[in-house]
Amino acid sequence: MSKETLNAKRLLCPLPVIRTQDKVKTMQIGDVLEVVCTDPGVMQDIPAWCRINGHKVLDTLTDEMEYTIILEVG
Amino acid sequence: MSKQRKAVALISGGLDSLLAARTIMDQGVHVEGINFYTGFCVEGHTHAIRKKDKDKPKRNNALWSAEQLGIKLHIVDIIEEYKDVLINPKHGYGANMNPCLDCKIFMVHKAKEWIKENDFDFIITGEVIGQRPMSQRKDTMPVIAEESGADELLLRPLCAQNLPMTLPEREGWVDRERLHNFSGRGRKPQMALADEFGFEDFAQPAGGCCFLTDKSYSDKLVDLWSARGRKEYDLDDIMLLKVGRHIRPKDNFKVIVAREDGEARFMQGYKKDFINMNCSSHRGPLAMVDGAPTEEDLLVAAKLTARYGQGRDAEKVDITIREKDGSERTVQVTPFKSDEIPKQWFV
Repeated sequence: MSKETLNAKRLLCPLPVIRTQDKVKTMQIGDVLEVVCTDPGVMQDIPAWCRINGHKVLDTLTDEMEYTIILEVG
Repeated sequence: MSKQRKAVALISGGLDSLLAARTIMDQGVHVEGINFYTGFCVEGHTHAIRKKDKDKPKRNNALWSAEQLGIKLHIVDIIEEYKDVLINPKHGYGANMNPCLDCKIFMVHKAKEWIKENDFDFIITGEVIGQRPMSQRKDTMPVIAEESGADELLLRPLCAQNLPMTLPEREGWVDRERLHNFSGRGRKPQMALADEFGFEDFAQPAGGCCFLTDKSYSDKLVDLWSARGRKEYDLDDIMLLKVGRHIRPKDNFKVIVAREDGEARFMQGYKKDFINMNCSSHRGPLAMVDGAPTEEDLLVAAKLTARYGQGRDAEKVDITIREKDGSERTVQVTPFKSDEIPKQWFV
């Protein structure tokens, strides 16, 4: 099981979702991906994308400038 | 037992594609969604950059549609390939820079490639005859089927009964009698069907789902091409056309001034790529300078930046100018008065 980080800063949705989708395709079930973004829309979209595609959101973090979503590949 | 057929539905996030997909799912077909991202798609998030739109839901409507339908959604980045569609549209532009017919042909063509790669049987779209002036007309719908290469693998469930029979109908994969005969710009049949399916809170974008149908956006794109002397763009270009006031005092440079905090925050991400400035003696917006400005041009940009800050009525304000390498200096300028900015500078 591996943990990887995806930098999706500066991208507007749905690009962070597309980058997440493409990254997850290269990972194994149980792997963990941390996606770091600046578009607040990801807080809705990446969890929605995870629900549709059977992945699990482990945590979401927000600070002043960044939004981070940690997911487990399903 | 007959094989379960598989269809891919072009999901825009609007009501029609949602209804088309559900109509086919109800006939026992396995449906997955596909959504193409051109870079010009209007998303709640793009609007959400601006504070005034904070009340709008930030959801991606294509994802929302897929979730309502309980289907997978494949979002495909076609930004690079789409450039040729926009720059050289065989069928020309609509009222603005929208190459709707070429766009639809291209997307159906990509869907055709996708079904071949993924062993799906046919393609469905939410098109309705007469719904759109360019791409959804009785005479252009066969053009889409033909030029995309999808031919009779392209099924439009909402108006199929008004069109020649397609392969899925002829082969009995779907029952033509249970498809629809919608036509025209009216929305009543769609609303009734949405009600029947129990769909609520669906997106109904008034100006379509593409920035290229927007006059203001199209004007900025044309200005960009005109200033560069060639039709080309990259993703950052088209993202930045969505934010700020765009003011072009001369061909060689343009100033983008954030209109509010949300835009300033978004533009912060580009500070290393553009000369940028803000007022340091008063509260004021972030501004970026695109192009190749001279030192004199930067003073014009500084006066513009000052105009949109709280020091607009001061005799002098301090403007801090940051170069791309991070070095900075401060200049004193007199803010432009509103009548000193020629109207033609505003893009």
